[in-house]
Amino acid sequence: MKASAFAYARATSIDNALELLAANGDRAKVLSGGQSLMPAMNLRLISPELIVDISGLVQLRGIVVHGTMIRIGALTRHVDILKSHEIAAHAPLLRDAVAHVAHPAIRNRGTIGGNLAHADPASELPACLLVLGGTILVRGLSGERRIAAAEFFRGIFQTALAPTELVIGVEIPVMRKTSAHFFNEFTRRHGDYAIVGLAAQAEVEKGVFTDFRLGFFAVGDRPILARAAGILLSRAVTPSLISEASDALGVEIEPQEDQQASAAMRRHLAKVLLARAVAALLGRPELRHAGGAV
Amino acid sequence: MTGISGKPEPLSMLDRPNSYIGKSVPRPNLARLMQGRGLYVSDIQLPRMGHVVFVRSPYAHAKILSIDAGEARVRPGVIAVVTGRELSAVITPWVGVLSHLKGLKSAPQHAMAIDRACWQGEAVAAVVATSRALAEDAAEAVLVEYEELAAVTDMRAALDPSTPVIHPLLGDNLAFERIHDTGQVDQAFADADEVVEANFVFGRHTGVTLEPRAVVADWNVAEARLTIYQGTQAPHMVQNIAALHLGLNEQQVRIVCKDVGGSFGIKVHIYADEMATYALSKLLRRPIKFVADRVESFNTDIHARDHRCKGRIGVKRDGTVTAFEIDDLTGIGPYSMYPRTSAIEANQVVNLVGGPYVTKSYRARARVVFQNKNVMCQYRAVGHPIACSVTEGLIDLAATRIGKDPVEIRRHNLIPDDAYPCGSPTGLKFERLSHHASLEKLLAMMDYKGLRAEQAALRERQVHRGIGIASFIEVTNPSAAFYGVGGAKISSQDGVAVRLDAQGSVICQTSITEQGQGSESVTAQIVASALGVSMERVRVILGDTDVTPYGGGTWASRGAGIGGEAALQATKSLRKNILDVAAAILQSSPDELDIVDNGIVNMADGVLRIELKALARVVYFRPDTLPPGIQPELMATRHFVPREYPFAFTNGVQASWLEVDTETGFIKLLKHWVVEDCGTIINPQLVDEQIRGGVVQGLGAALFEKCIYDERGQLTNANMADYLVPMSGEMPDIDVGHVVSPTLESELGAKGAGEAGTAGAAAAVANAVNDALRPFGTVVTEIPLTPQVILTALRRI
Amino acid sequence: MTTAMAISLQVNGERIDAQVPPRLNLADFLREHLHLTGTHVGCEHGVCGACTVRVNGEIVRACLMLAVQADAASVETIEGLSDSGEISDLQTAFSDRNALQCGYCTPGMFMTAQDLLKQEAEPTRERIREHLSGNYCRCTGYQAIIDAVEATARLRGKRTA
Repeated sequence: MKASAFAYARATSIDNALELLAANGDRAKVLSGGQSLMPAMNLRLISPELIVDISGLVQLRGIVVHGTMIRIGALTRHVDILKSHEIAAHAPLLRDAVAHVAHPAIRNRGTIGGNLAHADPASELPACLLVLGGTILVRGLSGERRIAAAEFFRGIFQTALAPTELVIGVEIPVMRKTSAHFFNEFTRRHGDYAIVGLAAQAEVEKGVFTDFRLGFFAVGDRPILARAAGILLSRAVTPSLISEASDALGVEIEPQEDQQASAAMRRHLAKVLLARAVAALLGRPELRHAGGAV
Repeated sequence: MTGISGKPEPLSMLDRPNSYIGKSVPRPNLARLMQGRGLYVSDIQLPRMGHVVFVRSPYAHAKILSIDAGEARVRPGVIAVVTGRELSAVITPWVGVLSHLKGLKSAPQHAMAIDRACWQGEAVAAVVATSRALAEDAAEAVLVEYEELAAVTDMRAALDPSTPVIHPLLGDNLAFERIHDTGQVDQAFADADEVVEANFVFGRHTGVTLEPRAVVADWNVAEARLTIYQGTQAPHMVQNIAALHLGLNEQQVRIVCKDVGGSFGIKVHIYADEMATYALSKLLRRPIKFVADRVESFNTDIHARDHRCKGRIGVKRDGTVTAFEIDDLTGIGPYSMYPRTSAIEANQVVNLVGGPYVTKSYRARARVVFQNKNVMCQYRAVGHPIACSVTEGLIDLAATRIGKDPVEIRRHNLIPDDAYPCGSPTGLKFERLSHHASLEKLLAMMDYKGLRAEQAALRERQVHRGIGIASFIEVTNPSAAFYGVGGAKISSQDGVAVRLDAQGSVICQTSITEQGQGSESVTAQIVASALGVSMERVRVILGDTDVTPYGGGTWASRGAGIGGEAALQATKSLRKNILDVAAAILQSSPDELDIVDNGIVNMADGVLRIELKALARVVYFRPDTLPPGIQPELMATRHFVPREYPFAFTNGVQASWLEVDTETGFIKLLKHWVVEDCGTIINPQLVDEQIRGGVVQGLGAALFEKCIYDERGQLTNANMADYLVPMSGEMPDIDVGHVVSPTLESELGAKGAGEAGTAGAAAAVANAVNDALRPFGTVVTEIPLTPQVILTALRRI
Repeated sequence: MTTAMAISLQVNGERIDAQVPPRLNLADFLREHLHLTGTHVGCEHGVCGACTVRVNGEIVRACLMLAVQADAASVETIEGLSDSGEISDLQTAFSDRNALQCGYCTPGMFMTAQDLLKQEAEPTRERIREHLSGNYCRCTGYQAIIDAVEATARLRGKRTA
């Protein structure tokens, strides 16, 4: 399986990359980490005429904390996020999520910008961005845009990114000291694409959720911030309340069917994750099996 | 027993000083593999070599109306574009049947399809170019006009009158049917107190060798010789078939096997695209390389184990199993594979069901039907996994029905260890097995009682763990009964030639082959031990039909048992020749001398008389100093073929300990045990590692692996992200133990061990899952046991 | 421009200048152009791990990287790691334990195991299994490989202690 022939341009600057994209439209593809692009090209699923390699744009790499925001450059690799002290301190949900991305050799090349632009519904990072209330920074020749995560992911491999734009970074709020987070996904094997996954962040005061954000992934054509979380806010959490939230979740999501799981199975697993997240975040293991998932 | 002179008997080879038999010595050929300096077929580059890419049918069944290669031929780097029709002038078609499989029928298959493509992925044209990439580019420009035909994709409907017949001249889609009836089976079921039935379904799966199939064919027109570099397990078979279909004498064909990146039976077959590659080299008069890419591998490497088997067992309340019955259906591809046929697997299933047990009443029907899917044939443990899963699944069902412990019912019905020799209801001859001793050893190794207690305690806390046991028998060291009797030119004997070189080291040529199991090491260990030299001095040459004796190769777990015995006998013969010369030089007699530690010594006191290298020097360069009349012969060749037993049966038993998350359907494999009786063990570490590797392939079948076809006959998961193979994160540690029942058929006493792990692993896992889910009253008799399957069985979704 | 591009890089410490078509991936460049065939190709979509090499000290899938992206980089293959002696203890452990059978996955396994051992002094068996979870082996069933890596880690721990 050898890729079709293509022309190759190594971008010398962000503007240079944008010019190349503008000039070539959908005949061009952006190469950052290549961990999603290269398999597709090797399998000849896509045959771009021009590859615009932005991986040399070092200004797009890096993790910086500015006050209450963390800015992560688009070319920051998964391994950089995994090893970052700033992320561990201020956005540990992201670190936990990235540990589930594929395998070490992939994490050494794959980038957050590439991952978000690719928008695989089974991917971890888009859900994290959603839960963390992140913003995707995008630039085109006409200037820069800030797109809320909630508006960025539009469908399977579809985003709000125009073909002539580049993701240049993301901004996520520094986690509050009182925040708790939960991350888990069901995979057949280590590093596989998630069958169903959940990234969650919460504020818990005296055993009650004062804030609760549930970012499910692999449950539809894009990550979803479950409205069902609202049912669990500001109330005493009982098994029957979890049941109620679980039912609401089941109605809210429209999972896909594929070789790994039917829609019904994904729905079921999402409910299991909900209960497990609640139990973990509240420190009440007996709630693990609540909510009609049993 | 001492001789007349009172001298001590020479020690048996196993007891000789410095014997390597039974020692876990490291393999001598690992350095190059660990340095990245192995030589796999895809590493080979020859001058003017062309790369072939096959244009493959996208349809499961289609008429080929026309092929327009005009545009493709002028693409950069293209050497030639050849259609199936054009190639048929160079290579003849074949039919995959054997006469001893009565009624087996199949249609002629061409190297590349001519009028009709019969499975998605079948080659219809070949593009040869100066690189693989350029050939792929040009292949996109080959215009093939197809007329899609109805495809047969459901084995259950293959014999319905309304289903199209793939090969009208054959009359129907039934390739083969085998019926076996011991008689009075209905009475035996009537005698039972309980009769249990189940439908067993097995996911079609495939070998996924990490190195894909690869061939370099080099027709040298000046020498009129074809050299084929191929990672085949059976080089002489390939030599015979390539010569036959290309109109050559076997002497004109040389098969060379270098390093092979895994085979497991995948690379023991004759593939149409590889035959096409040989033919292309002859046609184009230059070396041609074919390396299947991963997608091609999934679509065209043989598949296996696509079975639906209805099983029935009759049992008395005291635990006696009165009868077994099966009705097995397997859907192969549109052709029976060549030359080993696609009926062997089903034939083995019939032969092996009930094998470990005393039960005499048995009735079986197996039907093999054609489908428009990839071809199917022998893959590690051939038929054993099906037979074992059905048998052991039925045994557990019977146990549950009468409320007996699964170990107890096995103790009650396994053939007693002192019952041998005896035969099975299907005519299998057992020389000596050890089902009970193996079971007892297994139970001790795993602390069966302890695990049962742990299981019970955890159940109270809603943690569901299960224990599964699977006993099995395993075919090894096959005689001509497997293939030769049916007319296949597949040798069931092997040969070894050993010689002392001018420095007193040993060169050994063997007809068995190496794919990583340790054939080279085992041979060196035997030769070194039998001769009395250190192993570093033994160089083993294999995998070259120009250089080695004629033989069958390595498959059906025959390398150590058959090739090893040939090595032993050849070395004993060489030893005698050396001692004859030594006796002449030393004015002694051969029975007063021995060879120990690279030198000739006195048998009585072990004193060194002359080093082997000195003896070699005399023989090769100073024969003028030898006593008159002596013609030294420092080379010996012996062949070995099993004569008394058609197969050397081994036995074993496996256990799986696992946990089922009943909320999610996910299964965690906690531990696995195997006790295997394969006779004399030449290298314990190599045997255990073969068992472990085999087990994990069985675990893959149990939980992960399935070729998923849609109704149109499209393989929908032909890549490594969607077809799930076992990776390190999910596999358990595997403890291996042994009981030793040597075969008397050979002096070495070694049986085979390469496939035992795969034979019983899936059965043990399935039994463990059902054991774990016993409180829920569910029984699952389908593999792979995916979370979807478990959750459905538990009615959670 | 689909025409060949000039690249200059270090491979196992040796300076290499080459002209390569843009679509040539690093695995094919190493194997076909430099005849360093120890890096193996198993799937060409980044899943099996057979093509794992080190680029600028970090393990990557050579099939998912273009040769042109290796310009100015330092690439190390199994031949380099072996010849430098960096993994000689791993090799001894693998040989003693028969942690390789056909040898096809072995270069990738060494790359990934060495990567782990450089980062963690005494990884648990579970950690070893996890780090190697992206390297497919069909022959060994993995246990011998885990044993060999574990044994190497223990010995290295003794040497530095």
